[in-house]
Amino acid sequence: MSEYILEMRNITKEFPGVKALDNVNLQVKKGEIHALIGENGAGKTTLMNVLSGVYPYGTYTGDIIYNGEICTFKDISQSEQKGIVIIHQEMALIPYLSIAENIFLGNETAKNGIINWNECINRTRQLLEKVGLDENPNTLITNLGVGKQQLVEIAKALSKNVQLLILDEPTSALNEQDSQKLLNLIKTLKERGVTSIMISHKLHEILSIADRITILRDGKTVETLDCHSSEITEDRVIKGMVGRELVDRFPKRENVKIGDVIFEIRNWNAYHEQSSERKVVDNVNIKVRAGEVVGIAGLVGSGRTELAMSVFGRSYGKNISGEVYKNGKKINTSTVASAIKNGIAYLSEDRKKYGLVLIGNVKDNVVLTSLDKVSKNSVIDENKEIVVAENTVKRLNVKCTSILQKTMNLSGGNQQKVILGKWIFTDSDIYILDEPTRGIDVGAKYEVYKIINDLVSRGKGVILISSELPEILGMCDRIYVMSEGKIKGEFDREQATQEKIIKLVI
Amino acid sequence: MNTIRRLLKENTREYGMIIALIVIVLLFQLITGGVLLKPLNVTNIVLQNSYILILAIGMLPVILIGKFDLSVGSVAGFVGAVAAILVVKYNMPFLPVFLIGLIIGALVGAWQGLWIAYANIPAFIVTLSSMLIFRGFTIAVLDGRSIGPFTDTFQALSSSFLPDIFSGGVLHFTTIILGIIGCIAVILITIRSRAEKLRYGFEVNPPSLEIAKTALICFGILLLTYFFAAYKGIPTVMVLVLALIILYSFITNMTVIGRRLYALGGNERAAALSGIKTKLLTFISFVNLGVLSALAGMIFAARLNAGTPKAGNGFELDAIAACFIGGASSSGGIGTVTGAIIGALIMGVMNNGMSILGISIDWQQSIKGLVLLLAVAFDLYTKSRE
Repeated sequence: MSEYILEMRNITKEFPGVKALDNVNLQVKKGEIHALIGENGAGKTTLMNVLSGVYPYGTYTGDIIYNGEICTFKDISQSEQKGIVIIHQEMALIPYLSIAENIFLGNETAKNGIINWNECINRTRQLLEKVGLDENPNTLITNLGVGKQQLVEIAKALSKNVQLLILDEPTSALNEQDSQKLLNLIKTLKERGVTSIMISHKLHEILSIADRITILRDGKTVETLDCHSSEITEDRVIKGMVGRELVDRFPKRENVKIGDVIFEIRNWNAYHEQSSERKVVDNVNIKVRAGEVVGIAGLVGSGRTELAMSVFGRSYGKNISGEVYKNGKKINTSTVASAIKNGIAYLSEDRKKYGLVLIGNVKDNVVLTSLDKVSKNSVIDENKEIVVAENTVKRLNVKCTSILQKTMNLSGGNQQKVILGKWIFTDSDIYILDEPTRGIDVGAKYEVYKIINDLVSRGKGVILISSELPEILGMCDRIYVMSEGKIKGEFDREQATQEKIIKLVI
Repeated sequence: MNTIRRLLKENTREYGMIIALIVIVLLFQLITGGVLLKPLNVTNIVLQNSYILILAIGMLPVILIGKFDLSVGSVAGFVGAVAAILVVKYNMPFLPVFLIGLIIGALVGAWQGLWIAYANIPAFIVTLSSMLIFRGFTIAVLDGRSIGPFTDTFQALSSSFLPDIFSGGVLHFTTIILGIIGCIAVILITIRSRAEKLRYGFEVNPPSLEIAKTALICFGILLLTYFFAAYKGIPTVMVLVLALIILYSFITNMTVIGRRLYALGGNERAAALSGIKTKLLTFISFVNLGVLSALAGMIFAARLNAGTPKAGNGFELDAIAACFIGGASSSGGIGTVTGAIIGALIMGVMNNGMSILGISIDWQQSIKGLVLLLAVAFDLYTKSRE
């Protein structure tokens, strides 16, 4: 028997107008952790969907050989029978069902359609123990944090006697701690003989656990690297992904003069929306100067997003108190409309949920916050709109078929550029960017950084919220560290180091 | 040729709807042996469907924001009943009754809007509740009986025609003049928007195509003009409906508030974070629908020449179905006024055609239900091919 548990040979998959996969080859050894990486749109997820039967046999060309036999999966249930389980990027748990119900959903411990709950709970307990999750099987999913939900997903996979586990960006929504826990779990599973394929953008995670890495670019296999034999560094991997060496991951900011303080948040407090006795933002004071990029480092849940959203029109939180100053004058930000009018822009960390009208086209999204600029007496001048949208697309290098393309069909990076374009057209003065590069690829990240540089070079102030320390260190002039709703420290660019920040973060 | 193919491809939905309507009209014209398109019957179709058209126009913004309203039939019935009582029992003249009716509609809309927008109660629940409440009110104020007849001025709301300037001719002269004015307006608007586009340096369709398209539209207008002119002229209520179609198309397509409706339905949170007052917009949409429901209710009462306890039964479903047949999305963010109108007309023509053929009401219901399903299925199919 061959050493490979899975071989995908010459896989080609076409969608109307695009060749998503072009003769892709992937070989996964039994018992290894195999990372699949590439820029967004490189075809990673498509390849995994081909493997798991989401795209049934016959809709692609090429062969899938699993455990020595050619597979012809018609749907997911057939691949699951063979022990191939995929955990999607967007988790597929039902919020108002319990852990046990979710784990055995579609695979119930039932006889003649009648569920044996004791058996179900008992087996759930065993599974939860395996994944190291100490929760009651009857707990509702909605009451778990994302990190724990991800563990439930894995427990669910284990319940199906998984041999080949596919994880599509499993840590993208998790904080460092939960991520580490998950990665350890994947290693433990490996010791038990489970093979894993992991898709991720987080290179340091991949390098810490993967045995081999296959890189895809533009729907083609670029190379497969062995993490044990040769000197594999992040830069080496990035080179494979983008096809060129990215000399500097952060574009240089030149000739930007940092001016006076233009924006100030004073004594800001906010409480949790559901449990109103929990303080999520605790007496925060922040200053931003003209032409300055101010970073807020911290984990998910440290109060960063809550701070930003409560300042931006009280979009989050209860019993909010505090003052906001712009150019030394107190301003009103109690509604989103007044915040926008006072020159504040907020780019949400969840672009699909809070940022874009996905069924709307590029043009409509770009002008959404400043319809008054393209209208007269409330009547929209469509021609003006088109000019604005075309200019935005050109200036920010948005890749779209036309400004009439629906934003749901754009890649993550281009979606983010559309939202940035919207706020740039609004001509705000303070840009609060909440995880602007989450889930977008290295090339697009670079372009987002260039846009940030362009903003500050025009004298705007930028607040950059991010969980990625290299990004914070690479982009910010000054850094606040947030934890448990409080500002725990403040560093200038020169003083800041990864170690200093991490100490305060946790 | 390529341009035509591209235009067809980009507008499969809109053109598909219009073609479907034309096919249905021709089909019934054929099997009714030409009765369907007799001038008298064309006028009838308009009169029979005017209130559904108005309700569909009002329903569309509500559907655009991802909600719907089950109460419009009951509200229409209630306002019709109140109007009947005011006119018949209290001898009030037309105008105050008409205004009181509209105000009641606005208040009902505000009541529902408050619960839906500000108390966050699902529209399904709130409007289901209103549907029951106002049906109850209707029966209560009428004491379970019909009240009528209306005065002539009130009846005129649904049965009058535009006066003829030169009476006595074979064709209705005012109507013809209006038809010609309509054509000229279409031509002028086309020329203007083309010039505007050229001024911005945008791509425009080749002149031949533009001329053909405009000619086709004008031909349609003139054909309709002929149908009305050959009978008694344009019904007053049709002028009202046309004005509403133009007004609401304008609002949804060209104005800031219209664009915000689409954004709200497309993604409520994103719209809110873009500074759109989502609650207020939801509230306004329901008030607007309340007013139009009242208008529809009074037109229907005038047509029946009485306020009756059952008036408006099932109108809500016709109005909602019209929007969906016309391509609106049940989850919000997609839909057009013209689509809703075409949807309503498709159902109206089918009702009328089937009545001419002597198909009973029960079968008409079933067939309409099937048409709704097929229309939406076709819609999803074309969308999935995109």
